[in-house]
Amino acid sequence: MASNSSGSDSSDRQRIAQQRLSVIAGHLQRPVEGNSGILAAECKAQGDKLDVSSEGRTVPRRRQEIMKWNGWGYSDSKFLYNKKGQAEFTGKRYRLSGMIIPGLREWMESTFGANLQHKTPAAPILNSSAVQPPTLNEAFLKELKSTGIPFSHDAEDRVFRSHGHCLHEIFALREGKIGRVPDLVVWPNCHNDVVKIVELACKHNVCLMPYGGGTSVSSALECPPEETRSIVSLDTSQMNRILWIDEKNLTAHVEAGIVGQDLERLLNESGYCTGHEPDSMEFSSLGGWVATRASGMKKNIYGNIEDLVVHIKMVTPQGVIEKSCQGPRMSTGPDVHHFIMGSEGTLGVVTEVTMKIRPMPEYQKYGSVVFPNFEMGVACLREVARQRCAPASIRLMDNEQFKFGHALKPQVSSIFTSFLDGLKKFYITKFKGFDPNRLCVATLLFEGDREKVLQHEKQVYDIAAKFGGLAAGEDNGQRGYMLTFVIAYLRDLGMDYYVIGESFETSVPWDRVLDICRNVKARIVRECKDKGVQFPPLSTCRVTQTYDAGACVYFYFAFNYRGLSDPVHVYEQVEHAAREEILANGGSLSHHHGVGKLRKEWMRETISSVGMGMLKSVKDYVDPNNIFGNRNLL
Amino acid sequence: MASEAVYSHRDPMLKKRDDFEDILEERRNSSDLRYALKCYTPVLYKGLTPCKVSELKQMVLQSDQLGYVITQVSKEKGMTTDEVTGEAAAILEEMAQRLQLSTVRFFAFTLSKVFKTLFRSICVNEEGLQRLQQAIHNHPVVLLPSHRSYMDFLLMSYILYTYDLALPVIAAGMDFMGMKVVGEMLRMSGAFFIRRSFGGDKLYWAVFSEYVKIMLKNGYAPVEFFLEGTRSRTAKSLTPKLGLLNIVMDPFLKGEVFDISLVPVSISYERTLEEALYARELLGVPKPKESTSGLFKARKILSEDYGSIHVYFGQPVSVRSLAESRVNRSQFNLIPRHIPTRPSEEILSFVNDSAYRLVRAQEENMVLKPWVLLAFVLLQKQAAEDKQGTALDELTEQAVWLRDLSRHYGAFLHWPDHIPPSEVVSSSLSLHRGLVRISEGRVQLALEQGGQQVPGETRSAITPEEELLNQAVVILSCVSYRNQALNVFIRPALLASAIHTAASNRKQEIYNGFSFLRNMFSNEFILCPGATVQDFEEACYLLVKTGALQINQQEVLITERGHRTLAFLTSVLDPFLQGYQVVCRFLCEEDCLTEKQFIPAVRKFIIKHLLTGRLRYIEVLSSDLQKNALAALIRLGAVQKIKGGEEQGTLKLNKVMLNSLEDTLGGKLPTQKSVVAHL
Repeated sequence: MASNSSGSDSSDRQRIAQQRLSVIAGHLQRPVEGNSGILAAECKAQGDKLDVSSEGRTVPRRRQEIMKWNGWGYSDSKFLYNKKGQAEFTGKRYRLSGMIIPGLREWMESTFGANLQHKTPAAPILNSSAVQPPTLNEAFLKELKSTGIPFSHDAEDRVFRSHGHCLHEIFALREGKIGRVPDLVVWPNCHNDVVKIVELACKHNVCLMPYGGGTSVSSALECPPEETRSIVSLDTSQMNRILWIDEKNLTAHVEAGIVGQDLERLLNESGYCTGHEPDSMEFSSLGGWVATRASGMKKNIYGNIEDLVVHIKMVTPQGVIEKSCQGPRMSTGPDVHHFIMGSEGTLGVVTEVTMKIRPMPEYQKYGSVVFPNFEMGVACLREVARQRCAPASIRLMDNEQFKFGHALKPQVSSIFTSFLDGLKKFYITKFKGFDPNRLCVATLLFEGDREKVLQHEKQVYDIAAKFGGLAAGEDNGQRGYMLTFVIAYLRDLGMDYYVIGESFETSVPWDRVLDICRNVKARIVRECKDKGVQFPPLSTCRVTQTYDAGACVYFYFAFNYRGLSDPVHVYEQVEHAAREEILANGGSLSHHHGVGKLRKEWMRETISSVGMGMLKSVKDYVDPNNIFGNRNLL
Repeated sequence: MASEAVYSHRDPMLKKRDDFEDILEERRNSSDLRYALKCYTPVLYKGLTPCKVSELKQMVLQSDQLGYVITQVSKEKGMTTDEVTGEAAAILEEMAQRLQLSTVRFFAFTLSKVFKTLFRSICVNEEGLQRLQQAIHNHPVVLLPSHRSYMDFLLMSYILYTYDLALPVIAAGMDFMGMKVVGEMLRMSGAFFIRRSFGGDKLYWAVFSEYVKIMLKNGYAPVEFFLEGTRSRTAKSLTPKLGLLNIVMDPFLKGEVFDISLVPVSISYERTLEEALYARELLGVPKPKESTSGLFKARKILSEDYGSIHVYFGQPVSVRSLAESRVNRSQFNLIPRHIPTRPSEEILSFVNDSAYRLVRAQEENMVLKPWVLLAFVLLQKQAAEDKQGTALDELTEQAVWLRDLSRHYGAFLHWPDHIPPSEVVSSSLSLHRGLVRISEGRVQLALEQGGQQVPGETRSAITPEEELLNQAVVILSCVSYRNQALNVFIRPALLASAIHTAASNRKQEIYNGFSFLRNMFSNEFILCPGATVQDFEEACYLLVKTGALQINQQEVLITERGHRTLAFLTSVLDPFLQGYQVVCRFLCEEDCLTEKQFIPAVRKFIIKHLLTGRLRYIEVLSSDLQKNALAALIRLGAVQKIKGGEEQGTLKLNKVMLNSLEDTLGGKLPTQKSVVAHL
């Protein structure tokens, strides 16, 4: 996270960041495997002149060194119930790390009917013998070896690249079930490596599946079971350098494998940022953002990926596609970038991207507003959008999520703070008459010049007041954004105790926002009941982005599956029904998660048959032999 | 959830229905005043934002929907939007209800008194009311009672008040407003008034639909209206009207609410208050304009024993489950929802099918009294010109036979099994003594006195035509009871007639005949559009199950014991067959006719034929039957109604087709050859 915020937190955070860096540095010092040294050095050598950054990177080739194989994120960070039965977040990486979260247990028990006695532990280690032996294309392998590009057919390496983070994928891993996985993993070091790999793949008819950060939630990384060719996972994680920064035009040319946190950190060192912060930014990669049309939390200032990208280089079976100049806008027929953005790895590999950068903001300030109910909250966001004065980020959580956020409050250090909290609660519920079961909260993040931020803040709070909103402090706001990063870890905790869940998103016109929220939540509850779920599910939503003509809405849904014989199937049926409901209520198939294979069935009705034909014909031209055979999207 | 409860082809015998409780019993044992002043705290819709009547009106006037239409109308008519808004406000003022608890309490008190004198009991299914309460809590609710009497909506509100349920707002015809005091009283008990026709009036439609939708969406109150549009004078369910149903389904289809519960309610009267009134109306004595004094006069005439009322609150039907995999709701994604659009074909057919299913759900839970079965027997005897009347024990035997048959067909028959059948029969006869005459142990319809004849008038003064009409009043009153059970027998009766007229026992041929008759009579009875095959199968199933038929791959065979059943069933449809035939004949002989002239002319024609003895069924004098026949002929293309121009309303007759239809109805032409080709 870019951190220039006021208050005592900044030093705290810097400390944490430094700790994190040192941990990462430790990983990087390990000797690299294989015989890749020389050729990799060639790439590096070429890069050295331009490579602005000097720091280490987060993601090693062997992801298993720092990351979980069957859950979210870093191995050292997870929620657990300690011996006293209190929830605790381990590790040192996050603000919440090492803290006790006293309210979480009760919340889980009361929300899901979960019980610490009923555990569903995951398979502790990856059983390599459960992994199918690789189907190797010997001719391809032989030529690949001669290029010196590092590769591996180690079972762990392959399993790591066989999945994203959909519920069914993680659930299967926890049960030790492993389906079709890639047969080989290659780690190109630079654009030219990718060109060579793609050439070889075409020559030997090998299926290529690009892999960036592995944070997909659309089954995009699942190997098509019907694929009989050798599947090669092309892991871009080692293509992670900033090649140059152009301060005159405020652009940076970056290799597409870089993950969000590295990109921001490295740019920060030069005093810049991209401002692109999707919730997955710790692990997701620039190439992945381009390939899925990602959206960042602070898009109100910086824009979504399509606004940020100036130039893209992609390697396809037909060769390399790129534009000839870096003009800020062109009228040269349909923008070919838009074939690339959202192509989800079906056309080629994005290798290098020129992105807009901005000077780091002088000042950052969090904030929050409590509304008497969700309807007022939405009306306020709509007004903010109408006046086009949305802060860097503005998100509105519904009542259930507000309570959830509350349950995640870490243990307070002083009596004084808890006294203050009590007073605040009293003021809002008793003095202002807000119903604790209806109120909802918006979290805000302002960025920019100090003066402008304060001015902007006042404007937004004034609008909020017109809709009955009460300012509820920076702390609540900041905690809201922190949750974004730890919520994925929470799912793993839930899965330890019979609770499964997921989030999904849509975008919808303003006049439909309230209707879609109500209907989709109610549909989830009804479907769970119909499908025999024994406990009432958690069905909640938040409005996470505002646009001129609509908003992005996120749904979270989880339930206790005790008593169900096939919980994942039930889960999938409910999610399917929820998506049908979204579409019936004027919502889009996806705002930024993409289509993958999970939502393919709705593509035709979404973009019409002609639209499908257009995309299909592009695919047929660019990749006639379906080398990029992940079968996403179409 | 409830979609399968609306209608299923499973064995009707297994249909489970709730028990009844008499609500008048408590009224007879405790203070009406205390009851009228009782604490009333109904369960409300969970999403309700309470609002006053005036706020409601403001919401309507400020709605985007109405705003859009106001702008449109002001452009078209060259008026300012303020003027049009004023008009809208006036329409709303004329329409809106002003539900007041005090008025409801007043009605609770007076109706208690009235009900106790008129009726022996008012029975309701309490489980249904519990389901309704749950439904009201969870979703906006639409109450859809059957409509046989003026009493219906007062009765509904009375019951809901008694059970502490949310009082509905009720769509009522504007004609009630003519009754000054009563009109206002009804308004204050929740009625809102709509004009009977407002064809092209955009503004009226917008105000009206928005008013209903806002009350429904906000869960302000359950919305009640009559699917049949008007009181059925014949006690047969009427073809449902779709306008209001379309309006109340719209908020669900457009995603404005998660779901809407439709609750069919079946109200059955042992004796209808309007019995003779309806008969006269059907015979062409014009309907008296509703007036307050008229109502009081009616009440005076009717201060006698009207038996009991049964009110059955059916299973709530979720619009969501009705629409599931039928309607693609994303069709509303591309136009702002506040812009009025003509419903698509898909929506129209969905609403139409739903309406039929709901009316059938009403029909199925209608309680039938033994008298209904007696009416079948007595009418059939009468038509057979049996001047002697029926011996009581024969009548009893026939009624018991019919009781068992109707139960097999799934009728909701209230036949007290603990009482000997002969007593059941005689007590039924005594309740309807105005319609029957018993002498020397033989029973027949009381045709001689000619219904409620004014005493003192000498017999000689009556022309044969007047005598016929007097007889017809009794017949049609009796028919209105028989009709209550027609829905039970209609599918088997269509099959029986098809078998009767078919030249062979080939299944295909019989199916063709069935299909022809079903199509012919689809304005007469509730026959869901497009469900011919299901109806045929249902009829076959029932007749096979009761051992009347044997059906194999190719053939349909009548069993030994099946003849009685088939003879009965054929006679059920006979009056209608004859009625439609005579209408065809009449039209064949006409040259130039307008729609307006049709009823009086066909009536004259029928009277002539009845008097000469060429027609058997006096009931074909019913204008309802005549209108339905004409509508069917227009639908089938045998008659064409000219719209616009000088000849507005003229009927253009296709004589060849009419002739062939008449012959086919009479069984003279095989169905598959002649008319089916035209259809």
